[in-house]
Amino acid sequence: MTFKWLTASATIALAGSAGFADEVRVYNWSDYIDEELLSKFEAETGIDLVYDVFDSNEVLETKMLAGGSGYDVVVPSGTFLQRQITAGAFQKLDKSKLPNLANMWDVVEARTNQYDPGNEYSINYMWGTTGIGVNVGKVQEILGPDAPIDSLELVLDPANMEKLAACGVHFLDAPTEIFPLTLKYLGEDPDSHDPDVIAKTEPVLMAVRPYIQKFHSSEYINALANGDICVAIGWSGDILQARDRAAEADNGIEIAYHAPKEGALMWFDQMAIPEDAPNPEAAHVFLNFIMDAQNMAQASNYVYYANGNAASKEFLVEDVIGDPAIYPDEATLENLYTTTPYPARTQRSVTRLWTKVKSGV
Amino acid sequence: MKDFRRTLLILVPYLWLLALFLVPFLIVVKISLSDIALARPPYLPQFSWADGIWSFLSQLDLENFAFLASDDLYWKAYLSSLRIALVSTLLTLLIGYPIAYGMARAPEEWRATLMMLVILPFWTSFLIRVYAWMGILSQEGFLNQFLLWTGLISTPLTILNTNTAVYIGIVYTYLPFMILPIYAALDRLDGSLIEAAEDLGCSRLSAFWLVTIPLSRNGIIAGSFLVFIPALGEFVIPSLLGGSGTLMIGKVLWEEFFSNRDWPVASAVAVVLLLILIVPIVLFQRNQQKQGDP
Repeated sequence: MTFKWLTASATIALAGSAGFADEVRVYNWSDYIDEELLSKFEAETGIDLVYDVFDSNEVLETKMLAGGSGYDVVVPSGTFLQRQITAGAFQKLDKSKLPNLANMWDVVEARTNQYDPGNEYSINYMWGTTGIGVNVGKVQEILGPDAPIDSLELVLDPANMEKLAACGVHFLDAPTEIFPLTLKYLGEDPDSHDPDVIAKTEPVLMAVRPYIQKFHSSEYINALANGDICVAIGWSGDILQARDRAAEADNGIEIAYHAPKEGALMWFDQMAIPEDAPNPEAAHVFLNFIMDAQNMAQASNYVYYANGNAASKEFLVEDVIGDPAIYPDEATLENLYTTTPYPARTQRSVTRLWTKVKSGV
Repeated sequence: MKDFRRTLLILVPYLWLLALFLVPFLIVVKISLSDIALARPPYLPQFSWADGIWSFLSQLDLENFAFLASDDLYWKAYLSSLRIALVSTLLTLLIGYPIAYGMARAPEEWRATLMMLVILPFWTSFLIRVYAWMGILSQEGFLNQFLLWTGLISTPLTILNTNTAVYIGIVYTYLPFMILPIYAALDRLDGSLIEAAEDLGCSRLSAFWLVTIPLSRNGIIAGSFLVFIPALGEFVIPSLLGGSGTLMIGKVLWEEFFSNRDWPVASAVAVVLLLILIVPIVLFQRNQQKQGDP
């Protein structure tokens, strides 16, 4: 974890300086790759790789809109990608340099098409759902064996949250995921852009707010695995990584992930090349490397997220491809929803509401 | 020729101030008068020579400052930051003064070592030290493990992600900034003055109150400003150690800039924060100058 903060701060220091000809700078989500792949890339291509991490789409977008980030490859989620394409932040991919595009999965491409028409600016890296991670033992000890660990009631019903507060609850610091999830709980359209409908989430979130220890989008992995907290709203693969870290530490903690039975948000993380990337040539080499079936499978096997690469499926371990929390079956797929970006007009009221939820003012 | 040299000598610090303070500040003021937009960079209008400077200036407005005033979030955040900074400064003084006093009273041959011990933590990155506190204060952290082991508590205390953790972090981080100026003041203090006070009938305690404290006043003031000013705008400590209930202007500023991507409002917050900070900074400068004059 410390290492991560260091790289994050180093990023700020490095961001301004120019890249070298044989260097590619990648800015990806934290805990999102098997680091062996990074050295493999350097060994195979002879290109130096600078790999930095972030944990929020908003932070990435700030860098993209500021320009001059110094990165060659970045990984926004679908809705953010769409906004940033509109703002002119990315360059079109040169598909002639990406022979491994043939490996991609048409089912996922059809879905990412809504954010990036024709998939002209981006390739899918991974996708997943937003759901609930629980420390099964502790939650059942507090709420009894019938605790609704697969339902949004667990985290949005103040009666449950009041009891869970003592052992610690984290929420993602991501308004574009928490508001849709709360709307789903209320039976509204999760993708609503109507400020009046979105405002309905306020009383629900304000009622559970006092019991939320922290809004953060990456700390919960270690916090769940160490037993520092017992519930988190988080991303599927991250919680599955927490499950594995706890199992490796052999500390008696059992972590489980559930996509809420009310329906779960499905998101897509897309790799794209910034308009002002110092080395777009090397960026294409990196994208092609990532789309290699075995490399992609290695990444998925490590981080427990599904990918958009059809050819990689035969290399996936049973633990990944056979887990419906990662590769959902038909029934689960139907219960997943996607969202679209908020218009600028709605954006300020959404962010203001989010600040209110987080700070109580 | 001599005049020219003198002008040049005065010019250098002013150019320094112009390049490193005034120009960046004016850029921030300019953004605070712009409108948010989905563009690169994310605000409008952009200045262009073609349109001329007047048409550019006429597009600027004070809307963002009106927005700040209309929303109580910002005032509450400023006030909450002021409170946290004041309380932390007081706590730092209460802890730092005895340490500085002990150092100044220590035998001559120890002082260099003690000074070294105060400065030593700076050899490790500030970020790593704050991160280490997360490991100490967390639910399953060292502190709770230790207290559970001693039997003082039966259930772990929730300290991390609360304001208590923020106070601990600020006091820990800024303690050397309090100790060093007080130590410098106490070190210069003439010991015979205290002897004289005691000879004239003061008890040790009243000699401390009536002689030592007033003579170290400048050190106390300098130390307090050195802690108060950075603590007011602190961002790293509340974001790592604080929780959902911690409201500080540094965090609000970060949220506006990174999470809300609302540069104009973020800039307006920064301008107001600077205006608030100017008061203690000016007081600090005047105190330093007074100290310089005999």
